[in-house]
Amino acid sequence: MKTLTSHEIEEILRSRLPENSLLDVQHELPQPSFTLQAEALVEACTFLRDDSRTYFDFLNCLSGIDSGPESNRLGVVYHLSSIPHGHRIVLKVWTSRDGKNPIPSVAQIWRTAEWHEREAFDLVGIPFSGHPDLRRILMPDDWEGHPLRKDYENPESYHGIQIQY
Amino acid sequence: MKTPLTSGPQKVELEYADLLQRSSAYRTRLQDLQSEEMVLNMGPQHPSTHGVLRLELVTDGELVMDVVPHIGYLHRCFEKHAESLPFPQIIPYTDRLDYMASMNNNLAFVMTVEKMLGMKGKIPKRIEYIRVLVAELNRIASHLVAIGTFGLDIGAVTPFLWCFRDREHILKLMEWICGARMLYNYIWVGGLFYDLPMGFEAQCEAFVKYFKPKVAELNRLLTENSIFVQRTANIGVLPRDLAISYGCSGPVLRGSGLKMDLRRVDGYGVYPEIDFEVCIGKGEMGALGDCWDRYKVRVDEIEQSLKIISQCLEKLTKEHKRTAEFDPRGLCPPKVRPKAGEYYGRAENPKGELGFFIVADGRSDIPQRCKVRGPSFSNLQVVPAISRGVLIADLIAILGSMDFVLGEVDR
Repeated sequence: MKTLTSHEIEEILRSRLPENSLLDVQHELPQPSFTLQAEALVEACTFLRDDSRTYFDFLNCLSGIDSGPESNRLGVVYHLSSIPHGHRIVLKVWTSRDGKNPIPSVAQIWRTAEWHEREAFDLVGIPFSGHPDLRRILMPDDWEGHPLRKDYENPESYHGIQIQY
Repeated sequence: MKTPLTSGPQKVELEYADLLQRSSAYRTRLQDLQSEEMVLNMGPQHPSTHGVLRLELVTDGELVMDVVPHIGYLHRCFEKHAESLPFPQIIPYTDRLDYMASMNNNLAFVMTVEKMLGMKGKIPKRIEYIRVLVAELNRIASHLVAIGTFGLDIGAVTPFLWCFRDREHILKLMEWICGARMLYNYIWVGGLFYDLPMGFEAQCEAFVKYFKPKVAELNRLLTENSIFVQRTANIGVLPRDLAISYGCSGPVLRGSGLKMDLRRVDGYGVYPEIDFEVCIGKGEMGALGDCWDRYKVRVDEIEQSLKIISQCLEKLTKEHKRTAEFDPRGLCPPKVRPKAGEYYGRAENPKGELGFFIVADGRSDIPQRCKVRGPSFSNLQVVPAISRGVLIADLIAILGSMDFVLGEVDR
């Protein structure tokens, strides 16, 4: 049981992943974060979970983020922790807002990602590829738009019911 | 087997044969029934779904072949609201996430914001002890609801009444502290709404003294009750690796035998100074990780919470006494504006790991993103995986043992 620093995790990850797939690394405490290329995400996550040195067996949280129309990007943030080792790391993946470049799903690696990804799809509108059951989860199935987008406009009516704000 | 009225061995044999024939006919009929699957809706107004949860059951006779949870009936747009409110104004909204344990929600959110402001470690000890005290009181109240309704779900009415009677004492204490029974808004960024009222420590001490025998009583009534054990032991066995993969936390994960408690792992607040044990399931009545184990973890945690409360009260009456110049709002910043950045803060709620992921831009006092990781959300997700092939009545037991609150699942 050895708690690794973010520098050590970076070294392990760099030795394993293809060149240039680690886009950005922030070592600032309290929460160091790695930004990955979307194509390398599944490989990196599988490796981080299975390797005995890192062993990130617990996906704490998966959040979808919209940075707004100006920056034109959507992000997914993964908070991982290792129960036996006790270290934690943040992974980030970015995609464009048009929905043409889906982010690979990690639901096969951590089952908890299944609902979290459905939520990110529902509220932020992030497309995931390879997800077993990508449906809306919190909003009604016939809802239009994704409420947590920065340019989302509140609907005036729903099924003919006027909504007053 | 009753002795037949018409005596003679031949007659008895005939009766047996008849019985066998009839039962085999019954079995054939049951098989006919089983050949057809039926979709059954459980909820959203079913009392044992603990709120507005709809489960789509694929049943085969009495067997549950598959469960598809449909959630979102209680969606109140917490994250959307949070993106338009200053940080202190979000605290009342966090009350409504897990409305059975509002103090713990307040604490988790406030700790996250304080960490972003760089205030960690600067909070006076008296405030920290009061926070832990009220959080543990609320944990007991939440577990009492979990235990009571779990018993009620599978047919035991008395424990429910006993639990709610004792929970009422806690709610009265809470009302005395902050004026509200369930939705407190008591813990503020940098401090507290009020100091403890005069004489509270003595009343709380009296409650602990009153409540300790009641826990033993509850154990005698429910924990070792053979009907209860038969309904819960070996039902809904959740293996540890499955629990970890599904992101389960709190009593659900500990019920599967893993010593994982964020109060110990992260050691936030004054928990490192407090002596308590992390309770885990041991598989005493059946397989490790069954409904009974999850239930037992909660009962044990109530006793540990009482221990924590006693230690807090001792500190609050001796070392960190109430003084005239003590101001619980003294450190509350007039404007909460964290530096640009993001932080994921977590705390151990009665239901498990409650996390807040906050993104701040540093220019405004409104978060750019405030994502909630509710423990019930992940705990509910595992239900289909452990419910395939159980009886419908056992599914009720599994749901009760998960102890989720839909306010937190749907947010």
